[in-house]
Amino acid sequence: MAFTIATTVDEALERLADGARPVAGGTDLVVGARQGKVPLPHDLVAIDRVDELLTIGQDDHGARIGAGVTHDRLLSNPLIVGDYTALADGAALIGSPATRHVGTIGGNVMNGSPAMDTGAPLVVLGARIELRSATTTRLVDPLELWTGPGTTSARTDELCTACLLPALPARTGSAYVRLEFRRAMEIAVVGAAALVRLDESGSVLDLHIALTAVAPTIMAVEGTEVLMGRTVDDNLTDQVAALASEQASPISDLRAGDRYRRHTVGVMARRAVQAAAQRAQGTMIDVPVNRAIGIGAAR
Amino acid sequence: MTQPSPTNLSNRLGYELEVNGVRYPITADAGRSLLSVIRNEVGLTGTKEGCDDCECGACMVLVDGRPVNSCSFLAAQCQGRSVTTVEGLAGDDRLHPLQQVLLDAGGVQCGFCTPGMLISTHALLTVNPDPNEEDVRIGLSGNLCRCTGYTNIVAAVLQATGTRESNAGAEPEA
Ligand SMILES: Cc1cc2nc3c(=O)[nH]c(=O)nc-3n(C[C@H](O)[C@H](O)[C@H](O)COP(=O)(O)OP(=O)(O)OC[C@H]3O[C@@H](n4cnc5c(N)ncnc54)[C@H](O)[C@@H]3O)c2cc1C
Ligand code: FES
Ligand code: FES
Repeated sequence: MAFTIATTVDEALERLADGARPVAGGTDLVVGARQGKVPLPHDLVAIDRVDELLTIGQDDHGARIGAGVTHDRLLSNPLIVGDYTALADGAALIGSPATRHVGTIGGNVMNGSPAMDTGAPLVVLGARIELRSATTTRLVDPLELWTGPGTTSARTDELCTACLLPALPARTGSAYVRLEFRRAMEIAVVGAAALVRLDESGSVLDLHIALTAVAPTIMAVEGTEVLMGRTVDDNLTDQVAALASEQASPISDLRAGDRYRRHTVGVMARRAVQAAAQRAQGTMIDVPVNRAIGIGAAR
Repeated sequence: MTQPSPTNLSNRLGYELEVNGVRYPITADAGRSLLSVIRNEVGLTGTKEGCDDCECGACMVLVDGRPVNSCSFLAAQCQGRSVTTVEGLAGDDRLHPLQQVLLDAGGVQCGFCTPGMLISTHALLTVNPDPNEEDVRIGLSGNLCRCTGYTNIVAAVLQATGTRESNAGAEPEA
């Protein structure tokens, strides 16, 4: 088995071109191998010391989050918590303190699980995923990146280098909530992210919803155009819940049945829209929303 | 930092691992977990193997001060970094104050989870020296205990940090 530690993106890309697989925190890759799901790749390149992948930056166009940024940094970074709050909500729910210290956004995105907690937030925030190989650089829509449970459209010689988030207009808020049976070391039963932009009178100018763990990949809810110009009241959130439940195509597994998932994903979508709208109006709701509104067994 | 050079013949890597301030020369397969190298190559057995599956936290160590489930982290990824195990918390033959308070508060029964609990507590207190009960429960949420029911562990941590608002159960004996 071969193992190297890259310190630059170019070094990592060279190793990928030679057939090595990247390991960041290993919380999916190494843990999966321990559970015997898939053997550890026989050629690995560690990317957790590549400085270029570790920064969170901002310019007029928006934010750039290096693929190696850990969940712990996302949930405490003032830019992410302030402007891209749904992503902080998602990062704050992942695993335990140790999982959040070690696990990265790049690993979460590239692992491609339909239950990933940064996925739905990235979709509603309008993220683009930057993929680089030794010879190419491209930006992909995350919904085109994820092709099925655990699969992506990235080539094996491509490294995810960053997640790019557009600058958001004023009076925009976002939130992510997930249904969980306990408060740590849990995987989303279902989840929903929402982004809401309001005008000065409180009418909806923009509204996006994405769902976790109710389809083979993270999915966006369609048909939210009909909600434009309305105020965020019970009528609107009922309609949100209905749209989410109708469009979900959940499976039954040991965590929940399909009917339960279909119903509860509507409830999560409703709560995500309510929280996002409150944040759009400037109301502070602590990260993660789950704790603030009491989802998850008390203790 | 020394770059590891993959050796083709034996599939083994040679590197140095710093544990509790001491550098150990290691020769091991690149796929070996940090836990297995700490216990079997370095020879420090305070760090426990509960599940070997990243679920229980018995194997928790600090890598550059951050909590890591060592059963599920590659040892080779730790070269050039500093690893702290439970043995590194205490001074010469004296218990770390956290260890003493955990014992006094009845936060130790079989003791198998204790090294991991101590490491997670240490990591929490480094970033938040004055946690409330909720902070402690979140800080220890990656550590399972099958004996105590957690109450006395949480109480011990709060006592160690001097937090008085604790209603985390039985008052520890003085
Ligand atoms: C106890 C536990 C609890 C967890 N809880 C949650 C949870 O609540 N929610 C959740 O979403 N996830 C959870 N996870 C899963 C995991 O922690 C996250 O998906 C994490 O973000 C993975 O990041 P990593 O850096 O550890 O990835 P790694 O394991 O290092 O990599 C994962 C995969 O992505 C590839 N990869 C990594 N980085 C890149 C890159 N930059 N470019 C291209 N490919 C790359 C690797 O080759 C591998 O295939 C949990 C895991 C554990 C062990
Ligand atoms: S032994 Fe590592 S988490 Fe259980
Ligand atoms: S004291 Fe026995 S597992 Fe915690």
